[in-house]
Amino acid sequence: MSDAVKANGEPKNYLNDTYGIKSWLLTLDHKRIGIMYLITLTAFFLVGGVFAAFIRLELMTPKGDLFEAETYNKMFTMHGVVMIFFFLIPSIPAVLGNFLIPLQIGARDVAFPKLNLASYYLYALGGMFAIAAILMGGIDTGWTFYTPYSSSYSNSFVSLALVGVFINGFSSILTGVNFMVTIHKMRAPGLTWFRLPLFIWGHYATSLIQVLGTPVVAITLLLVVFERVFNIGIFDPTYGGDPVLFQHMFWFYSHPAVYIMILPGFAVISDVIACFSRKRIFGYSFVAFSSLAIAVLGFLVWGHHMFVSGQSTYASMVFSFITFFVAVPSAVKIFNWSFTLHKGSIKLDSPMLYVMGFIGLFTIGGLTGLFLSTLGTDVHLHDTYFVVAHFHYVMVGGMVMAFLCGLHFWWPKMTGRMYPEGPAKLGVMFVFAGFNLTFLPQFILGYMGMPRRYHAYPEEWQALNIMSTAGATVLGLGFGLTIAYFIWSLFKGEKAPANPFQAKGLEWDIPSPPIAHNFEAIPIVTWEAYPYGPEEAASQSTETATEPAKEDEIV
Amino acid sequence: MKLSDHAQGAHSLHHLHQFESAEQQYESATLGMWAFIVQEILFFGGLFCAYTVYRNTYIEAFTAGSHHLDIFWGTLNTVVLIASSLTMAMAVRSAQTNSGPGRIIGWLIATIILGCTFLGVKAIEYTGKWHHHLIPNSTFQWNDPAFPTVTLGPAKIFYSFYFVMTGMHALHMIIGVGIMLWMIAKVRRNEISAQYFTPIEISGLYWHFVDIVWIFLFPLLYLIGRHH
Amino acid sequence: MSDFPLFPAQASTIAWQVDALYGFLVLLTVVFCILVFGMVTIFAIKYRRRSDDEQPEQNHGNLALELSWTIIPLFIALFVFLLGADVFFRLQRAPADPLEIYAVGKQWMWKIQHESGKREINTLHVPKGQPVRLTMTSEDVLHDFFIPAFRVKNDVIPGRYTTLWFEATQLGEFHIFCAEYCGTQHSGMIGKVIVMDPTDYHDWLMGASASDESMVEAGQRQFQALGCETCHKSTSSGQGPSLVGIYDKPVKLKNGQEVTVDVDYIRESILQPRAKIVDGYEPIMPIFEGQISEQSLLQIVSYIKSLTESAE
Repeated sequence: MSDAVKANGEPKNYLNDTYGIKSWLLTLDHKRIGIMYLITLTAFFLVGGVFAAFIRLELMTPKGDLFEAETYNKMFTMHGVVMIFFFLIPSIPAVLGNFLIPLQIGARDVAFPKLNLASYYLYALGGMFAIAAILMGGIDTGWTFYTPYSSSYSNSFVSLALVGVFINGFSSILTGVNFMVTIHKMRAPGLTWFRLPLFIWGHYATSLIQVLGTPVVAITLLLVVFERVFNIGIFDPTYGGDPVLFQHMFWFYSHPAVYIMILPGFAVISDVIACFSRKRIFGYSFVAFSSLAIAVLGFLVWGHHMFVSGQSTYASMVFSFITFFVAVPSAVKIFNWSFTLHKGSIKLDSPMLYVMGFIGLFTIGGLTGLFLSTLGTDVHLHDTYFVVAHFHYVMVGGMVMAFLCGLHFWWPKMTGRMYPEGPAKLGVMFVFAGFNLTFLPQFILGYMGMPRRYHAYPEEWQALNIMSTAGATVLGLGFGLTIAYFIWSLFKGEKAPANPFQAKGLEWDIPSPPIAHNFEAIPIVTWEAYPYGPEEAASQSTETATEPAKEDEIV
Repeated sequence: MKLSDHAQGAHSLHHLHQFESAEQQYESATLGMWAFIVQEILFFGGLFCAYTVYRNTYIEAFTAGSHHLDIFWGTLNTVVLIASSLTMAMAVRSAQTNSGPGRIIGWLIATIILGCTFLGVKAIEYTGKWHHHLIPNSTFQWNDPAFPTVTLGPAKIFYSFYFVMTGMHALHMIIGVGIMLWMIAKVRRNEISAQYFTPIEISGLYWHFVDIVWIFLFPLLYLIGRHH
Repeated sequence: MSDFPLFPAQASTIAWQVDALYGFLVLLTVVFCILVFGMVTIFAIKYRRRSDDEQPEQNHGNLALELSWTIIPLFIALFVFLLGADVFFRLQRAPADPLEIYAVGKQWMWKIQHESGKREINTLHVPKGQPVRLTMTSEDVLHDFFIPAFRVKNDVIPGRYTTLWFEATQLGEFHIFCAEYCGTQHSGMIGKVIVMDPTDYHDWLMGASASDESMVEAGQRQFQALGCETCHKSTSSGQGPSLVGIYDKPVKLKNGQEVTVDVDYIRESILQPRAKIVDGYEPIMPIFEGQISEQSLLQIVSYIKSLTESAE
């Protein structure tokens, strides 16, 4: 046991166990891989954020006077590509999923640690291609890469960027495979499916989509690259190609992709809301199955992005109809979370404030999706700022808030430090207020008819645009503050106990930060998920399944 | 932990540290490979769907394009690949029955030879297409009086599918050959035994999958309208 | 222009219907938001933690509640779907005999042709109170024709025709935007719909810079100049099928399929004639791909549409 303590008396954990850049870059420890993802992800978030800042700056004035038209087109394209492919899609799974899944299921690592490291490097490599495309002059196709503009007309570095997205797709696929197998096969003894935290269910559903959906966009984007490089003609009308086929293939992935982004967010919210209400999740199995329902139904609705694309009226009817079904499981979650609060013991610490913010903003985001799935209104709203507002509500108001929520909740576990609660509360308020000020006016602009991807617009819309830019400034400050105090906490933050929030879950029964091999002994689980009540807590046994791990078996 | 992990000893049921038992490791590896194969199905599936859309729109062009493919080479390649699946299955079996490293490596080499034969035939076919100006880039030319209704555009689209689909398949074959070489290295390092031959088995899964993709590609590309 | 800063002008017959649907959805959103935010806020206050070791009673869910809040939202959702589908059908189906106008989008302008032959760029003059159908195509990439005041929009696609229809109810000028990203000057591909009284519209058509020939006349001229008459005679005795009265009728193809002769089929048969040959004819028509501009094609299509039995 003297191996558990370093020479200076500090307990050994996964952070201080080994030093040196090689021990990080060649690590097979899922926790270190999660941290590496966090660092790279934050860098991409800042890059995407800079493009957003430029967009909002240009849109303060009705004329296109800050940038050349082509430059502006590159700004919104690269904002989208970076934020979606290199921030949102990896985010929670790559950071929190990687860190927590083995801990929550009582395993020593994921099923395929080397594959996990490979996933990280594929992400980084894909990212390098994207950065290269940006540095060489950028791309101006929109993140949706519609043909024939992207395949035959754009003069920008499309192929380079697409190769980056393609490589990144493999990262997503391999992570999905890894998580699926880990959750299926490596749960601790006694940990049946319905005893799992909903964090795990959410990530499982996400993995299904990652594995099934990503390859389709991979081949689609590869075909665009071949079209550009070899002029193969399949999206080129002058050869009899169909540009709308690209849209079908693209959205077949890209719609489920939005569920890849939000399901992990749901996963985080469940765990955090249970902790800060001191109650098990109301309707656990409904919440669990709703994640699976969203994963399945999500594959059937892609045509709701194409109501005015020239697809047949009947196809549009079918897609609209099914889309209304996919809205219901999300509503079910919101209601179940609300009822988890009922008769709970609620503490509004900063993670919980993020949960509140999430519920508010995601509800608005989800409901405004109804305007777009409704055929009669979508004709008017398609490709306007209404759509932009809708997806930012669910992606930023939903997903990013959930990510920040999770980061705050598990920061003590991951880093062994507490973040400062005061600035954290301030941060969430800045983000919440800034976000609403940025995007609420955009709903109005959209209904008024302001199209997306415009850098010049009629004068009468300037006031709303200025409001939006003001909001973006506050939002940016909120993010900046958050990043700043997180970094500060690494050096000056209070040392964190094993369970600062008195939460339930296997990850809270081990030290903060955890030891390299997670558990001294694998527990045997005999209790239900979220055992927050007094009887539930008493049923938590301290029986363990295995001998303590031998030193030489660990990373 | 060293990246070259503790996989020595044919008699040991040793398992990697993240697993609790050899059985868990085996089940995980197999499930993982199946999950990977499912996503490969979706990858090729995207191509098959697009192919179906265009074949439906341009049936004459697809028939004409197909008639210019050499059915001899295509059939030969099909036989070669099926044979290679047999040799692959024999490799797995010889590992399972502890037939010794020589046998296992022998079957793996046979699989590699058949795989390379396949790739060689594809090289012959692709070169032939190049000579006939049927590469679907700006050098593409089309003039077939036997199919007067077929114009250049749709014919080029057929060949785009031919090259992308067989090209992606060939890429997966090349990766497969690489995996076989890796397996040979594992056998030579005594990492494979009757108790632990999971790597060979899941490599076999991958190889069989690549074979099955060809079984679909062959009729869809080579046999359009050949019944008369 | 508008007194309501939240809505564009309601300047078409369908606009108020779209707005009513929108208003209903806004109401639904507000109601659900109040419900959810209300619940969450009240619970957060009422059940706030009063002591550090507080242990609330656990509950196990409630099937009746789960079914209710699954089924009720589903029914509301399907109701909204039906309302939306109804409005959508009306948006898609032009009434009989609309005024036909043709639009060709190209990077980065809109080229409009009226049947009288009058052309305009980036403006669209229309009469008030009459259904208008725009038939559109693109010369290059995807575009989209969007008139917010009319609540209509449709993508404009290279290689085929798409349509939208509206009936303007207010005089005045209204924005046209391209609403599908199309490259550098996408935000500059804008214009104005100018709604006029029918008599003023007629005067405008016939006024200065009016065209000498209508679209049908221009189409006929090109039909003769390109030699179409050689094979497409008004009787079935020619080497090509007679085109009299074929518009909107079904026709049997050589490969056994049956298609309806719509504007897309006519266009395709000019540019790629061997793709869908009428049964009983040989693949000998010359291929005009790349030789006729989109605007000329629209004129020829217009002419062929006009060939009814009675005209001969």
